[in-house]
Amino acid sequence: MRRSMAAADRTTLFDARAIARALERMAEEILDMAGRADALVLVGIQRRGVDLAGRLARLIEAGAGKLVERGAIDITLYRDDLRTVGPMPIIGETNLPPDLTGKVVIIVDDVLYTGRTVRAALAELADFGRPARIGLCVLIDRGGRELPIQADIVGETVSSQPGDHVDVLVEERDGRDAVEFVKGATE
Amino acid sequence: MTAPALGKDLLGLESLSATQIKLILDTAEPFKEVSERAIKKVPTLRGKTIVNLFYEASTRTRISFEFAEKRLSADTVNVTAKGSSVEKGENLVDTARNLEAMRIDMVVIRHPSSGAPKFLAERIQSNVVNAGDGRHEHPTQALLDMLTIRDRLGTIAGLKVCIVGDILHSRVARSNIWGLKKLGAEVGVCGPQSLMPHGIEHLGVTVFRRIEEAIEWSDVLNVLRLQLERMEAGYIPSLREYYRVFGVSEDRLARAPKDLLILHPGPINRGVEIQSSVADGPHSVILKQVTNGVAVRMAVLYLLAGGQPESAEAAKGSVRGGME
Repeated sequence: MRRSMAAADRTTLFDARAIARALERMAEEILDMAGRADALVLVGIQRRGVDLAGRLARLIEAGAGKLVERGAIDITLYRDDLRTVGPMPIIGETNLPPDLTGKVVIIVDDVLYTGRTVRAALAELADFGRPARIGLCVLIDRGGRELPIQADIVGETVSSQPGDHVDVLVEERDGRDAVEFVKGATE
Repeated sequence: MTAPALGKDLLGLESLSATQIKLILDTAEPFKEVSERAIKKVPTLRGKTIVNLFYEASTRTRISFEFAEKRLSADTVNVTAKGSSVEKGENLVDTARNLEAMRIDMVVIRHPSSGAPKFLAERIQSNVVNAGDGRHEHPTQALLDMLTIRDRLGTIAGLKVCIVGDILHSRVARSNIWGLKKLGAEVGVCGPQSLMPHGIEHLGVTVFRRIEEAIEWSDVLNVLRLQLERMEAGYIPSLREYYRVFGVSEDRLARAPKDLLILHPGPINRGVEIQSSVADGPHSVILKQVTNGVAVRMAVLYLLAGGQPESAEAAKGSVRGGME
């Protein structure tokens, strides 16, 4: 889906260097927010959120000299649109520490848009215990919220219209790091 | 990413493609994790009502379906033939239509007559899942058997799987033959001639008359329960005789060139079709099958709840971009 647009329609908003800088700053902000590394759990949302959470964890580990606990969450089973979505989406892996009670959980995702994914993630995390605090960290905030949800830590802000595509590409999955923008058809 | 649709009903594995069978097995994987959570429940089928319509005794299958339904947050009702209007002579379609009038979404049906789930599926709107019909099929059992084999051996394709016992009356055998062959396994069957259907080799299976030969050939044995009624009906001379000739024992397995994976759909008759120490032994995955049964049934219910491709196209426009 991310590769289907013709290259000419795409503009690159951020390149690999800009993303690396943003991630370094975000890692510092996460550590400030959590207070200490040993209570922190970085939870990536499938699929690119998991990749980014892994990178943030490595940056924090390099800075703090301690291992950071991490997890992955697939929110499909908690989606609010399964009744209308048609054939069911393929479900990714959820792999969380068995009890999140007392932890500082930071949800990591690539793009924050409507907020519905984050709502689903919050509902799912609540079934894994009662964290001391849950924060939200996204690489890109593209606006367009449909729910009262905001991120605590944002890499970059992008203004967009419904129908536009803001695609985060990551080395692990896409072969390179970039944030690309595709203008949607004007209505 | 969207999964290819399964259709309205799950009636058997004969009518499914290899891709659809693999889809169910792959979808079962993430559901295993749900049952390991402290809170073993996801809200996926919240508001869906599922009726378990059991016209035949069942403990394991019914409970397994019920756990699957509850862990997906569906509302469930159990109807058994005993103590319901079925006893008063109400026919299957009338029973189902009355249930539909109360706005249900799915029916899980077990029935002594082969083809009853299909008959029902053609006459009601709700999704129908076959939980075993006569001698025809028991698709979710075969799916959980295949998931368990795949867990242990990594693949199905290329394996030699032999089904041992009463092949004649067994819907588990039929579903396994269809499913395993579609996924590229070689299938053998072994049992007394009196319990072997005529022309079974036309399904593309190898028939073994002696258990020793079956054991030598196989990577996996799926040992069927010998129903005690078969002795009364004269298919076999005695249970002791059956064990002597076809029993899966430690001695017989010890002579095999390799370790065999042992499956059994339950309930086990210890000392009839299988030696107790084999059922409890290191190569037995009988309890893993039970655990996987819940995950497979969650996967089936999840996929069926997604509706059909036509409705998907219509729905697409309205939700696009809703979950970026």
